[in-house]
Amino acid sequence: MDTKIAIDRLRLSFGKTEVLKSITIKVHKNTITGFMGPSGSGKSTLISVINRMIDFENNVRIEGDARIDGTSILDGSINPIELRRRVGTVFAVPIPLPRSIFENIAYGPRLKGTNDRTTLHHIVEDSLAKAFLWDEVKDRLQTSALKLSGGQQQRLCLARTLALKPEIILLDEPCSGLDPISTAKIEDALSELKSEYTIILVSNNTKQIARISDFSAFFYLGELIEYNTTEKVFTAPAETRTEDYIQGKFG
Amino acid sequence: MRVNPRIINRLVRMGLNVQAFFTVGILIVIVAIIFFKGFPHTNFAFIFSFPEDMGREGGIFPSIVGTIQLALLSILLATPLGLGTAIFLTEYTKESLFTKFIRFGVESLAGIPSILYGLFGFIFFVIKLKMGWSLLAGVLTMTIMILPTIIRTSEEAIRAVPRQLRIVSYSLSASKWETIKKVVIPAAIPGILTGIMLSIGRAVGETAAIIFTMGSSLRLPLSIMDSGRTMAVHFYILAREGISMEKAYGTAVVLVLSILLINVLAYYIMNKAIARYS
Amino acid sequence: MIDRTVLKEHFVKWVLVAFALSSLLFLFLIFIFILAEGLPLFLKVGVNKIIFGMKWAPTKGHFGIFPMIISSFLVTVGALIVGAPLGLSCAIYLSEYAGKRARMLLKPAIELLAGIPSVVFGFLGVIYIVPLVRNYLGGSGFSLISTSLVLGVMILPTIISISFDALVSVPRTYREGSAAMGATKWQTIYKVIIPTAKSGILASFILGMGRAIGETMAVIMIAGNALKIPTSILDPLRTLTGNIALELAYATGDHRLGLFSTGVVLMLIIMILNYIANFGIKRKIAK
Repeated sequence: MDTKIAIDRLRLSFGKTEVLKSITIKVHKNTITGFMGPSGSGKSTLISVINRMIDFENNVRIEGDARIDGTSILDGSINPIELRRRVGTVFAVPIPLPRSIFENIAYGPRLKGTNDRTTLHHIVEDSLAKAFLWDEVKDRLQTSALKLSGGQQQRLCLARTLALKPEIILLDEPCSGLDPISTAKIEDALSELKSEYTIILVSNNTKQIARISDFSAFFYLGELIEYNTTEKVFTAPAETRTEDYIQGKFG
Repeated sequence: MRVNPRIINRLVRMGLNVQAFFTVGILIVIVAIIFFKGFPHTNFAFIFSFPEDMGREGGIFPSIVGTIQLALLSILLATPLGLGTAIFLTEYTKESLFTKFIRFGVESLAGIPSILYGLFGFIFFVIKLKMGWSLLAGVLTMTIMILPTIIRTSEEAIRAVPRQLRIVSYSLSASKWETIKKVVIPAAIPGILTGIMLSIGRAVGETAAIIFTMGSSLRLPLSIMDSGRTMAVHFYILAREGISMEKAYGTAVVLVLSILLINVLAYYIMNKAIARYS
Repeated sequence: MIDRTVLKEHFVKWVLVAFALSSLLFLFLIFIFILAEGLPLFLKVGVNKIIFGMKWAPTKGHFGIFPMIISSFLVTVGALIVGAPLGLSCAIYLSEYAGKRARMLLKPAIELLAGIPSVVFGFLGVIYIVPLVRNYLGGSGFSLISTSLVLGVMILPTIISISFDALVSVPRTYREGSAAMGATKWQTIYKVIIPTAKSGILASFILGMGRAIGETMAVIMIAGNALKIPTSILDPLRTLTGNIALELAYATGDHRLGLFSTGVVLMLIIMILNYIANFGIKRKIAK
């Protein structure tokens, strides 16, 4: 299995509070890797290092290494803006831009200089199809994205990141607040997408992680407790804490 | 004897009701007087012809043009300056002594009365910089007058844009400026436009600062160094010198009508912009 | 290798810095200029002679502006007497009683009132208020009371909008709690809402004062032009703003400096008023 993302002894503090306590993990290419754990365990913070959105926080100290395809993403040589094209992010609450569905998807490509209408249309259709949203909106691409339902908006957000043709997709609790049908659609989309992309799914919903992820990582209070294939973690976890969490004894 | 609080409640409610509508009534009376006394004298000729005999006869065309020139040029100068400052304050700096200092300056300036701008503009632009009474002196003075308003309303509007929108834009690989240009500013447009409309209204109605900087020439300002009148200045001179009551009322009609139009336009633009972005 | 986007970002940042600094420059230019031109006379003639001097005859070396300071103050208080009760009542009505339709009628009306130019108020004041005062109360009509009446109306929008903001920001729970205890609407208002909104309302009064004291055009048209302290509300007067406006066009030398000194005093008074009001408002928001 190829390593796409390599985190090595990563430590992160906000001021005096240490939020990530020496994390070492290798995320494999073209897989869905689930990051699970109760709130405050550092999963979202780890994500924000990978997409360098941590840059927008104040008072942050980072030590250790993080690499994508062997190249460090933490030192000065990398351009975070270009990184964010390669690493797409879907957030917990869908935030469509206040514009049409078409323009939401086209936002990223336009930034990169693609302005030709036909090309954009192809990209929009392709991205929406991959996010399992095309059929529902193909006749109203020019209507406001704000008029979509929650589940549709979240798939829109997924399509939005796909339009930039990233290599990695990070999803932070993407289905919290969505109905089961929308959740299923997104999970189906992710399962199809993993053949082309490397996907990290952060979720507090262990059942979801068990359903669709190939590998699972359990985080607790800033530490990586266990990381293995999903099958192994869920049927024969090595740590009692992992077992307790999966069984819902805390969370 | 204790009066029933319910009765007091009712009386108070009536009293407040009356006062509120009295206030509206004042506005209606003002507008009604101006219109009834002025409308007979406002016609196509009035608007498009030149004043004769110091304004006793003829129309107010030059002052209408002067007003438009003043308002437009001032907005053209003040908007990029003010909006740029607002963007800088909100997006590029953190709260610090420096930003507090700037904000204090802007707040203080918002309170400076127009006559002091007139005083400043007159001595500084007209005399010391030797511009003479001119459109340029008026525009520069007016720009400084409306700058605090533009900065303040723009800053408020930009701050009101939800942080999440910026985060989304950044996550889609936009740079800071791209995010500001494509997401933040468009979302802040209703507020920014309000500030601009307010400022235009101020420019149209301003007298004390303008009469001492732009002057009061009856001629049509053809170059930026020409002096001229705005409608408000023309109106004031007609009234003060007792030149012509009819023409004064007529000028007042056009003046108040313009301000009404600006207010209505502001509402319309606001509502349209809000509808577009939510 | 330098990225083009990074270069562009830096360029934009420095352009914006330039804009911000230019704005600052313009804004402070006016402060500095008025101070620079106004201070020399204070030094030359003495602060006391100017601020407490009773005689204004600048061509003969008298720069006393005390009567004008008092007149400005009187006219402002008068405007407040006229405008504050009416303005507060409107604000209360708008925030507590007005239905959606009434609000949609009243709010634009107030904004429009705020937009009516000062000269129009002055004009109408001369034509209607001055004769009214002259015929029913006496004097020439160009007086303290006429000016206060007109100024009171002019500061209504300021008082109404800021008081309204203060009243509306009182949490709903306060109203509900009071109603739950059986209070009538008015009791709730004067026992709970107004006290809570007190500092915002006060701030609106002070800002209204700031507006009134800075008014020029309407005042010079209505107040008459007397250089003495008014002894009755029917007496004419000259305010600090009037002093500048009426003499600026033909003042030279020390006379002109005297007008700047008037400006310095005016600016100081307004800055103090604004500071008090903002300090008061900040306290309200901090709560």
